[in-house]
Amino acid sequence: MLKIEALSAGYGQAMVLRDVALEAQAGEITVLMGRNGAGKTTLMKSIMGLVKASGTVTLDGVALTALPPHQVPRHGVGYVPQGRRLFSELTVAQNIEIGLGAAPDARSHGALRAEVLALFPRLAERMDQRAGTLSGGEQQMLATARALCVKPKLLLLDEPTEGLQPSMIEQIRQVMLAMRDKGLAVLLVEQRIDAVLGLADRVFVIENGRNAESFTRSDLAAGEARLRSHLGV
Amino acid sequence: MSRRDWSLHLGLVALLFALNWILPAYHHGVVARVMVLAVFAMGYNVAFGYTGLLSLGHAMYFAAGMYGTGLVALHLEAGAIPAWFAGLGAGLLLALVTGLLALRTAGVSFMIVTLMFAQAFYLGILYFGDITHGDDGFVVPNAARRVAEVALSDAGPRYLIGWALFSVTMIGTLWLVRAPFGRVLVAIRENEDRARLLGYDTGRRKLGALVISGGISAGAGAAYALLFGYVGASFAGVQYSIFALLWVLLGGAGTVIGPLVGTLFMYYLVDLSTEVTDAYMLIAGIVLILLTLFMPRGITGALRQVWRDLP
Repeated sequence: MLKIEALSAGYGQAMVLRDVALEAQAGEITVLMGRNGAGKTTLMKSIMGLVKASGTVTLDGVALTALPPHQVPRHGVGYVPQGRRLFSELTVAQNIEIGLGAAPDARSHGALRAEVLALFPRLAERMDQRAGTLSGGEQQMLATARALCVKPKLLLLDEPTEGLQPSMIEQIRQVMLAMRDKGLAVLLVEQRIDAVLGLADRVFVIENGRNAESFTRSDLAAGEARLRSHLGV
Repeated sequence: MSRRDWSLHLGLVALLFALNWILPAYHHGVVARVMVLAVFAMGYNVAFGYTGLLSLGHAMYFAAGMYGTGLVALHLEAGAIPAWFAGLGAGLLLALVTGLLALRTAGVSFMIVTLMFAQAFYLGILYFGDITHGDDGFVVPNAARRVAEVALSDAGPRYLIGWALFSVTMIGTLWLVRAPFGRVLVAIRENEDRARLLGYDTGRRKLGALVISGGISAGAGAAYALLFGYVGASFAGVQYSIFALLWVLLGGAGTVIGPLVGTLFMYYLVDLSTEVTDAYMLIAGIVLILLTLFMPRGITGALRQVWRDLP
């Protein structure tokens, strides 16, 4: 599925990531952790082709780094950036319509819309509401729904639960589990350890732009103390 | 689109049609002119209001339509319809070429590049004065201002052709902004990076928007030449690019009827101010400042606070 090797990336002269390696498999939730400024968001942006990077990023053998950013979603990558970045002047229905417009197969739009809205019944009740007037949790749902409209094989979520109330966090968590069960690879950036335990199949920790340590589901409980020390909590 | 949206826009079309038989002669002429200029503003609105492309060179497209039509009529003795299409084609081609280059930039750079293109176009008109008649401009031959037996210079046909052009453009714009392509333009205006990351080739769509915008502006310029009979370099000057921006801003950027409202308001504001004082620009300036302060989204934009789905 997703394979990242020797990835170095940054902004201008400032290198943020150095020789990072990471893998995410279909039907698994892979979590990327690290302190603020460790390079988690830069790694997500590197996958999407938004920052200049060297090294390789492949999805099912396709080199994503060779593609312009707008072609990355067409190869099966859905991205929900930090801060949601909705089209706030447009309604929920219009935001979803725009997501569907980028889907590879226009004939499947109706079924895809129904499938996505079934995951977020709350959105289905607010189709005519402007996105900018939704609550934080609803905005997160909409951003996730829109990313799912491209029928991704890999879903990138950058701190989706940041600033949300517990009931919303649980809903987002249920969606991630549903995506995993449907066979998607989910790559999640998360800072909160309690949100990761019981959810992650693998955890990669990066520190100062480099790989620090990785955990699998089986050794995560035993390694919790080390994970906390990496994160300084 | 809701029935209310259709009622508003078709109602406006019907009202303008009816005004042909109601307005006194002076205002009849003014509204005819305003409708053609509003088409220019609607063209600008596609680029600026819906796509977020703040161009300072749209007078170039208006003038390309005007000169394309006027020169073909003057030098090749073409009739009104082929001349109009020549103007439209000139504007579309110019928008495509300048768009390919200008859209390599964004933000302030885009403003400057479009301004420079427009200035080069304006200076080109002056430089090639043997053909364009330079600063003086020229009068479009009367022979070219006829369609069959109808003289476009007559008040009635002039009004109705201006009305038809305005109506087709407004309904076309309404359709465009409600279509998936229009939604993507709004998405680009709101957040281009996000639109790109959803899988849209935003560069191609911005070029499409600019060509449509330039084409509408050129169509207006071509009609202006035929209906009002004069082609002049002043229409290519930076002042007309600023006018388009002002009309759209005052009327409400990103609204379908905003350009008409803004054009009508500005036209009458200047017109009425000149009756009161020689310092009419001072009055116009004060009113514009007040409007900008109290209605930052323009007149129709303020209406949108109440009518939230107003296109």
